Amino acid sequence: MGERVDEHRASLSAHAWRALTYGVPLAFLAVFFAYPLVSILERGLGSAESVASPLDVLTDPLTREVVWFTLWQAVASTVLTIAVALPASYVLGRYAFRGRNVAMAAVTVPFVLPTVVVALAFLAVLPESLERGWAAILIAHVFFNVAVVVRVVGTFWAGLDRRVAEAAATLGASPARSFREVTLPLLAPALASAASIVFLFSFTSFGIVLILGGPRYSTLETEIYNQAVRLFDLRAAAILALVQLVCVVLAVWVATRLEQRVALGEQRRRERDVLRAFRTWGERAVATASLGTLAIFLGIPLVVLVERSLAIGDSYSLEAYRALGRPTDAFLATPREAVVNSVVYAAGAAVIALVVGGLAAFAVAGSRGGGSRLLDGSLMVPLGASSVMLGFGFVIAFDTEPIDFRSSPWIVPVVQALVAIPFVVRIVAPTLRAIDQRQREAAAMLGASPARVRREIDLPVAGRALGVAAGFAFAISLGEFGATVFLARPDSPTLPVAIFRFLGRPGDLNAGQAYALAVILMAVVAVSVFAVERVRALRTGWV
Amino acid sequence: MSSLGTVCYRGLVFVALLGALALGSVGCGGSDETPTDVVLVTHDSFAVSDDVKTEFEKTSGLKLRILQSGDAGELLSKALLTAGNPQGDVLFGVDSNLLSRALDGDLFEPYESPRLEQVDERYVLDPEHRVTPIDHGEVCLNYDKAWFSERQVDPPQSLEDLTEPRLRGLLVVENPATSTPGLAFLLATVVRFGEPGWQDFWRRLRENRVLVVDGWEEAYNVRFSGAAGDGDRPIVVSYASSPPAEVVFATPRPNEAPTAVVEDSCFRQIEFAGVLRGARNDEGARTLVDFLLDKRFQEDIPLSMFVFPVNSGADLPPEFEEFTVVPESPLELTPDEIAAGRDRWVKEWTSIVLR
Repeated sequence: MGERVDEHRASLSAHAWRALTYGVPLAFLAVFFAYPLVSILERGLGSAESVASPLDVLTDPLTREVVWFTLWQAVASTVLTIAVALPASYVLGRYAFRGRNVAMAAVTVPFVLPTVVVALAFLAVLPESLERGWAAILIAHVFFNVAVVVRVVGTFWAGLDRRVAEAAATLGASPARSFREVTLPLLAPALASAASIVFLFSFTSFGIVLILGGPRYSTLETEIYNQAVRLFDLRAAAILALVQLVCVVLAVWVATRLEQRVALGEQRRRERDVLRAFRTWGERAVATASLGTLAIFLGIPLVVLVERSLAIGDSYSLEAYRALGRPTDAFLATPREAVVNSVVYAAGAAVIALVVGGLAAFAVAGSRGGGSRLLDGSLMVPLGASSVMLGFGFVIAFDTEPIDFRSSPWIVPVVQALVAIPFVVRIVAPTLRAIDQRQREAAAMLGASPARVRREIDLPVAGRALGVAAGFAFAISLGEFGATVFLARPDSPTLPVAIFRFLGRPGDLNAGQAYALAVILMAVVAVSVFAVERVRALRTGWV
Repeated sequence: MSSLGTVCYRGLVFVALLGALALGSVGCGGSDETPTDVVLVTHDSFAVSDDVKTEFEKTSGLKLRILQSGDAGELLSKALLTAGNPQGDVLFGVDSNLLSRALDGDLFEPYESPRLEQVDERYVLDPEHRVTPIDHGEVCLNYDKAWFSERQVDPPQSLEDLTEPRLRGLLVVENPATSTPGLAFLLATVVRFGEPGWQDFWRRLRENRVLVVDGWEEAYNVRFSGAAGDGDRPIVVSYASSPPAEVVFATPRPNEAPTAVVEDSCFRQIEFAGVLRGARNDEGARTLVDFLLDKRFQEDIPLSMFVFPVNSGADLPPEFEEFTVVPESPLELTPDEIAAGRDRWVKEWTSIVLR
């Protein structure tokens, strides 16, 4: 009798858990992504004032050119980013050394800088033959996205059982062969994961393409903006946004299939990092070389930003930083308030992303069925959707009285969370999946309820990944500019918005203050990510 | 038992959280009583000094809330999407280039402010007073004075000069498809040279190696030699107010402006405000429009937004008197002419200069 009650309770709990892990993320996505986007697409396609018919837009050779360029630059950016980031991912995923946390935090900084600022820094350092063209776009995309690959792949790599590769070496495989035939297949799910994110970011790149591409290059995203904002042809914008959405859904579908097919090696992962110190001078040299090259590549534009923040008039001084303490008319707050706003918004976004993304990660990791794959894929789509259209969608979707929150301040962290959620899922789910199923079974056999298994086996392991995810979500939200700028914001500018405002005003000191704020943003990001890395390092001891 | 409890408890907390957020927003926006605040919807370039804002709140008894979203184009697009059910009470930031689109979209309630008495007729473009002029700004060529004096080259005096061999490779302009000053400069050439003439002019500019960039930020801060960056182009399309800004925002403060304006090239843009149709607080909205024309706000405009006041009683700050010119008879087009020609001109310009 008692046994039957327990069983009943267990299955009830499993149902409730399932409903929660699928329901919350799907509801969030439906309300804050699908509904506004569908509203604006519907309005656009139905608008009578448009001159173009859908067919005109689709058959326009300009559209084909734009789609083609958007696609190939995104693919090329993805391949290049992985190639550049792999050596550093290896070093950070395999070795324990002093400064590893610092390196992990530093590599994240470029990813969260506002594109406009970095694009201007790139203009200053690229040789004239390279700037304004596809090469400059690719270089900048690699610069931004290296962090994604290093973090996703590096974190995953750190959990891989190194004995497999060592066994291959013992059996006589060359390092190259052992990498190709043992390590690479094991890493494949993380690589596919990272690649799909990089692809989506490059696919919808906006500021980089505008500034570094020069007026001749346009992607779907810049063309949608052009149609929606400059020409106010909402129908053409909606059609292009649909084309973009179809491409994104296809890409996500391919990526999840790929991850699924190649995810065979996950049982080889361990739940704690298996890092070790360098053993030979050779290892140390390889590590120094790969991290050093990356540091130079990522460092130069950042150094330029610092240099610009100090160059006032004909000499160097801290005048721009001092000026930040004074009241300004550039925007409706003090620079210090902008820093506080940014931190508060980002913290809110991180909490939302952690709750929604964390639950989704349990759903995704809990089954290999079509349902979980669909959820995983759906959460990726916002990364590839048009920020302009989404911003417009918010304005018309939530405009009737009981739910008129189109200009509520908390809309900002909600939109930032949309961008951060897929990262949370991607960081947490693989870790959950890698938990040895036998451990769960053993616990269940010993009488633990499913909820207790989750609490005592899954959660501690996920805790570490959740910590990393929180840091990343926070950092992403801190630098988020694209989606935020298209929302109507009350007079509480974030750091990226403040930087953009200073940049938009003439005068030496204004430019200096923009760069100085960018340097401050860099520092805030680096410190927050570093803090998370510290927490993570301390906790791995008892996790 | 505890396990089920935990799961349900977490779910409840989350639902409660969402509910609280929704309620919070209702509480903020859903009251039917006389509003105690007035909402100004505007673009990201809007700025006002703190004490001026406080003064409005004190004299009107209304709290001024400011809602900013993107540039002027994005602002107008969103206003058009929400016509009749607006996000605020007053919209500020429609310029003469976009005016006809705004008026066609039926965004505004007519309101004739008594303060218009102090505003010159030439700024009042809508006889029905659906919009009220607030400021005007002139887009002009700026040049780096030191660059020209060091090399003993004559700086440009007119638009025509730009095609001279002595100014080859010296000019940077913004793309009119993506930039407001870029569009204004294109319009300036259309007014000056007329229909086949402007196309020829741009062909010659292209031969003379004009550089086109997407936005003012890059043109002025990176490419132009006379400002913060170390660019190599000494002539740029910017504003009549840029030279005094180079003095105000410099340390140490120079005795004269490092840049100057080519007065012959200036094109006028007027910026308007209007009471939004469907405003929650239309009385407050009218009070706010009056205040935007008030001497106090008007005298704040030059140093906060770097444009000129339309109120003839407003005094300019000394830097503006000393370091720039308020162009007497700038080039101009009516909003209807702009609306009729803009898209075609930009398209033709693109094929002449970029393809």
